[in-house]
Amino acid sequence: MGSITLEHVNKSFGEVEIIPDISLDIEDGEFVVFVGPSGCGKSTLLRLIAGLEDTTSGKILLDGQDVTDAPPARRGLAMVFQSYALYPHMSVRDNIAFPLKMAKMPQAEIDKKVDYAARTLNLGSYLDRRPRALSGGQRQRVAIGRAIVREPKAFLFDEPLSNLDAALRVNMRLEITELHQQLKTTMIYVTHDQVEAMTMADRIVVLNAGNVEQFGSPLDLYKKPANRFVAGFIGSPKMNFVDGPEAAKHNAHSIGVRPEHFKLSTTEGAWKGTVGVAEQLGSDTFLHVQTDGLGLMTIRTDGDQTFSHGDVVYLTPDPTRIYKFDAAGKAL
Amino acid sequence: MARRVSVQTRIGFTVLAWVIALLLFSPILWTLLTAFKTEAEAIASRPTFFPQNFTLENFGAVQERSDYFKHAINSILVSFGSTILGLIIGIPAAWSMAFAPSKRTKDILMWMLSTKMMPAVGVLIPIYLIFRDLRLLDTVHGLTLIMTLINLPIIIWMLYTYFKEIPVDILEAARMDGAELWNEITHVLVPMAVPGIASTLLLNVILAWNEAFWTITLTSGRAGTLTAFISSFSSPQGLFLAKLSAASLLAIAPILLVGWFSQKQLVRGLTFGAVK
Repeated sequence: MGSITLEHVNKSFGEVEIIPDISLDIEDGEFVVFVGPSGCGKSTLLRLIAGLEDTTSGKILLDGQDVTDAPPARRGLAMVFQSYALYPHMSVRDNIAFPLKMAKMPQAEIDKKVDYAARTLNLGSYLDRRPRALSGGQRQRVAIGRAIVREPKAFLFDEPLSNLDAALRVNMRLEITELHQQLKTTMIYVTHDQVEAMTMADRIVVLNAGNVEQFGSPLDLYKKPANRFVAGFIGSPKMNFVDGPEAAKHNAHSIGVRPEHFKLSTTEGAWKGTVGVAEQLGSDTFLHVQTDGLGLMTIRTDGDQTFSHGDVVYLTPDPTRIYKFDAAGKAL
Repeated sequence: MARRVSVQTRIGFTVLAWVIALLLFSPILWTLLTAFKTEAEAIASRPTFFPQNFTLENFGAVQERSDYFKHAINSILVSFGSTILGLIIGIPAAWSMAFAPSKRTKDILMWMLSTKMMPAVGVLIPIYLIFRDLRLLDTVHGLTLIMTLINLPIIIWMLYTYFKEIPVDILEAARMDGAELWNEITHVLVPMAVPGIASTLLLNVILAWNEAFWTITLTSGRAGTLTAFISSFSSPQGLFLAKLSAASLLAIAPILLVGWFSQKQLVRGLTFGAVK
């Protein structure tokens, strides 16, 4: 079991309020991603759940039990750190065995579990090495191995992939998702990378300045963003926003159109513009178009279309996919 | 491109280094040579460099007059005892200052250091009276206690600097892995800080070994250490230079050897953190 409930959690460091008031319900077995720009309080929130920081007020419940004042060692959670945080003076085997040793498990059982974890994570031939003799990806696997052996109530991941190179990151992303499907244990994953959030999560918590902007499934967030912040944060490339008279035509303070929701033409359309940079990815091309009076817009088009700097294009937003926001940024 | 150093510059610096090293070593060398001379030769108006009449009688006289081994054992007890006691207090203290600092931690560290700036003689009378009333005068445990107190600021400062180099993530990982505070310190922090703890131990053993002021004022026959032993051979009159040299040599020999063998560890300890 591993349901996690936050009730009006507040965290301040001295005068600075990092998290004003957050309540969340994370169900057992869910993969929840905390995503937001740097400094939004997502790591702090994770550390509060872990017990590495004390809440200023509010309650944290694990399986319905109040653990607000329990030290991290007594919460039964496992955490994977961005820096891996392996014990440099211990072999890979001892690193993975450490939580079991702390739990005073018999040695025979420890050996069995460590061997099983090592096989699952392809670490078999590295068990007697020290962490410094491993590559970044292997270290991350050891960190995950150390987390899974103790069969925690929930896994906490604090930006675990940001120190890896791009190719490895995609691999590890799949491995972690796979692991979740195997173990079916609650996982909370912190990242600033919305692609990670979209691809891995059952539900995403979008955080901004210590507040939950929206909590929902990835597609919910993409299709029905609660406000302008979420609309701008989820989706890559970013949503284009237009204010002023053009928005007023739609009875809104501002409107948003995703790059993939435009019809592109060289002869006619709603908004006229000139192509600036064309980023060709092969499968897609991202055009950065300077429109007349509406600013710079990003358009996603298929990779077969070729445009070059200075071409005149016409953009027509898909009328069924225009997002409308009021003056406060709330979705209409 | 590597920096080019001309042969002349290299020779110049080598000679300079040797001259400085010999200058620093010369008092020890002179003590060594004098210890093997007769008293008459030691104070001869035309000093000799090498002993003309090589003799070991000074060492015999020294052991006969005051028990070298008793003093040496006292020195070992006091210097190791005070340092180990200091580490037992200092490791948790440095842990809390490095990993759970309060608003006042920096001030406390500075205040501790400031106690080292005060001349020892400034607190001589109160300490002497306290020792007298607690019957600690001329006892090994009393001396160990005062040595611990004197070196504690240095121990805590050194450990604090080493601990600051240890990523807090690793300690937090231990907490997440179910380690209570005691296990966090003994299984993770201490093994990672072994080089730092070792050089703290070495330096403070040396400091305590060489400490003379408190040793001489707070002890007499029973608990005297080797520094008190040496000073007992200096007298305002009579011939004592060769015997004093022999006593000094006997007193510094153990620590000299320890220093020699742990040189690498000491240098690493003292420059720890300067270069990552």
